[in-house]
Amino acid sequence: MTENSNDIEQAEDRVPRRVIGTPPPRGEASALGAPASTDEPIVYEGATFPDPAKARKAERIVALLFLVSFVGAVAFIASYVAFQVGTIGRTQVSNFALGSSLTVALLALAAGIVVWVRQIMPKYNLVQQRHPMVSDPEVRESVAETFLQGANESGFVKHKLLRRTLLLAAAPLGLLPLVLLKDLGPLPETTLRHTVWKKGRRLMVEGTKQPIRAADFNSPGGILSVVPEGYEEDLNALAKATLILIKFRPEDLKPGTKLNWTHDSIVAYSKICTHVGCPAALYEQTTHHILCPCHQSTFDAADGAKVIFGPAARPLPQLPIGVDGEGYLIAQSDFNVPVGPSFWERGDAEAEARGQA
Amino acid sequence: MSLDSAPKAIAGPANFIDERIGAGSFLKRNLRKVFPDHWSFLLGEIALYSFVILLLTGTFLTFWFKPSMGEVTYNGSYGPLVGVHMSEAYASSLNISFDVRGGLLMRQIHHWAALLFVAGMMVHMLRVFFTGAYRKPRELNWIIGVLLLNLALLEGLTGYSLPDDLLSGAGLRITEGVLISLPLVGTYATFFLFGGEYPGHDVISRFYSIHILLIPGILLALITAHLILMWVQKHTQMPGKGRTEQNVVGAPFYPSFMAKSGAYFLFTFGVLALLGTFAQINPIWLFGPYTPADISAGSQPDFYMGFLEGSLRLMPSWEINFLGYTLPLSVLIPALLPLGIVMTGLALYPFAEQWITGDRREHHIADRPRNNPHRTAIGMAAITFYGLLWLLGANDWISAKFHISLYTTTNVGRVLIIAGPAIAYFVAYRMCIGLQRHDQDVLSHGVESGVIKRMPSGEYIEVHVPPAEDIAAHVRGKEPIPAIEAAPDSDGVPPKGMRGPLGRLRAKLSETYSTDTEAISLDEGHNGHGAPHAAVGAGEDETKSIGH
Repeated sequence: MTENSNDIEQAEDRVPRRVIGTPPPRGEASALGAPASTDEPIVYEGATFPDPAKARKAERIVALLFLVSFVGAVAFIASYVAFQVGTIGRTQVSNFALGSSLTVALLALAAGIVVWVRQIMPKYNLVQQRHPMVSDPEVRESVAETFLQGANESGFVKHKLLRRTLLLAAAPLGLLPLVLLKDLGPLPETTLRHTVWKKGRRLMVEGTKQPIRAADFNSPGGILSVVPEGYEEDLNALAKATLILIKFRPEDLKPGTKLNWTHDSIVAYSKICTHVGCPAALYEQTTHHILCPCHQSTFDAADGAKVIFGPAARPLPQLPIGVDGEGYLIAQSDFNVPVGPSFWERGDAEAEARGQA
Repeated sequence: MSLDSAPKAIAGPANFIDERIGAGSFLKRNLRKVFPDHWSFLLGEIALYSFVILLLTGTFLTFWFKPSMGEVTYNGSYGPLVGVHMSEAYASSLNISFDVRGGLLMRQIHHWAALLFVAGMMVHMLRVFFTGAYRKPRELNWIIGVLLLNLALLEGLTGYSLPDDLLSGAGLRITEGVLISLPLVGTYATFFLFGGEYPGHDVISRFYSIHILLIPGILLALITAHLILMWVQKHTQMPGKGRTEQNVVGAPFYPSFMAKSGAYFLFTFGVLALLGTFAQINPIWLFGPYTPADISAGSQPDFYMGFLEGSLRLMPSWEINFLGYTLPLSVLIPALLPLGIVMTGLALYPFAEQWITGDRREHHIADRPRNNPHRTAIGMAAITFYGLLWLLGANDWISAKFHISLYTTTNVGRVLIIAGPAIAYFVAYRMCIGLQRHDQDVLSHGVESGVIKRMPSGEYIEVHVPPAEDIAAHVRGKEPIPAIEAAPDSDGVPPKGMRGPLGRLRAKLSETYSTDTEAISLDEGHNGHGAPHAAVGAGEDETKSIGH
């Protein structure tokens, strides 16, 4: 060790005791490798030093790069102080100033070290031996013996009752974390089968939150995104109850659409895709196709929103609508099937609904 | 000037530590640990440094991010959204972007680093696969790698859901749709994750603790184990002069590898800072707050989730109803099957290969991909499978940019996803064989020198020279692929274990997997076919120069 002034076995007559604070004498063994004995670069097997002239030239390049890095880091601090945020424009300037200076500081430092390694450090071709990962047979044998010895000493093998009750005790302990997680959420029960739509609830335009007068929604091909009255900003309600409302020419409607659920050729479908629940938000007027932008399930809005392409397996459920006394569009009831993506307990709700009708 | 003894500032602490934990003997063994050099060995380091940068930038972001779905009215610096109702998570993400100095930079570096983290892992994994570096004794580290990749995907998913903007919400909705489709437990899992019906009020804070504590903790532990195993088992090396299965040839950890790694970290950080400054990523302020009623067309997940998006898009609308229950195959199959095939295949490959080849030896020399054509072909088929799914996750963009009908892209994709990997397998296999023949050519005929020589007969030939010594050594590093002994003995009875159907399958697989090594051997010399070639240089005959 370098500072072995406590080493009482040191031969004092040969090596003078060091005074604390003075450099250790040359030639003393160090934990950090044998000290060099001369000022000349040591050349050893597997290391080829570069030409000193080239190394000196490289040193200047490295120094320049390190200086650039220093300037970059200082510029970063200066930018932090100089450029405030608070508007979009100022944020942009601050971002560019901080980012560029950080980039310069990091890349210049990286480049400097690379030049240092490649042109000043030696080229290495060191060889080390590998040994098989497996332990020696004697070691393995000894470990096996120790294991058996310990197992027998512990009494785990001999005392059957101990072993069995221990396993019994451990089993429910492993279940505790699972039990604790039960309160993460309520059970599904039948919540997925209902939405907030009910008889008389008005249809509101998403965004403006205005009710829709049937007589005003009168140009065929028109489309609206609709939310339920009273739940315009309730995301949980919207995740199931959002509608897509389309006005047709009467002759365009095909048998798949339930006509007594429409009002004056205005049809309401669930906007929640039956595939994985994205809002099926794209509508093509000429073909009456509703397209979900996530996975491109395509539904024919004129024909009961039946699937004509893509991974969705079921049509978008239709909501029965009518008008109230003031001529505003309202729901006649809730959906008769669960909306949105399929789930295990769902079953063939469409067939059941048909059976009831 | 040279250092004669360790400076006191270093020697003092070194002595302090050594006297307490005996670090000296560890350092004596390891300071000059040899690391082999090859550009492809740096790929994993990209992932490692990206992870470090993710921890640094991520910690910064947590100081301002509020993982809450409570509703607030935005009143920050971004004018277009002032007065809009949104979750606290989204508002604080906007706050980080516009009202914290360096916040936008750190957010963008964090996002870029996440992409680079996953990309680095993937490319590193491909390198390990194609060079057979997963072989004994490194199977455990390979499996840790597969786990790391899966965790990284999960970490990415939980991370990009946090800002609670419209885009991240679309991803969350798809996650919910997939989770709820699981048979038996789907609805329960969904209700437990979201604290009730989607979207609920809990998912952001739950994802937050998963994203910043649970997964990073596991990642950190596994990465540490990954590095320790690499250190203990020593790195593989490419074949070459003086390199054997029993040695490691390269540069020492201290000082060379250490400095190079430091530079490489800074370089990775620098490039990410460059991207974070000039390449805008995830401009959440443009998307607006999340509502399940809206979506923007062309929504795309981060690249590493694209293959799941593609497989969901590709799937036909299959759904089974029975006994009052529903099995939504159009969600289950695309969400679980490709990921399952790829990840299970990756995890089992080292063991499957051992079973097929019967090879239980340790391997420390990496294969050149061409020298194991079936493995390379399987890898290329998997890349094609993954790549096609990934590409089809953007089929709406392909359709829009190239004016192809959207449904055509899907239909073509449905065919390609089956045919593509098969074609890739065949092409890659033939390419490997072709490259091996080229290698053989180089060894037996030499390299074209560009020197044209007129023969006494008047014939012109191009002079071939022996390949450079290091290249020749690299090429000669080819190892035959072992096969199990399955030939019947003199009585026509196959060896034990090869008699049942499984044994016969194994024998057949083993034979196929190893065939090319018999067809193409690098050991032969020049056997005098074709035109005579003259050698230049030392005037020696080329047949001598390639002899062993």
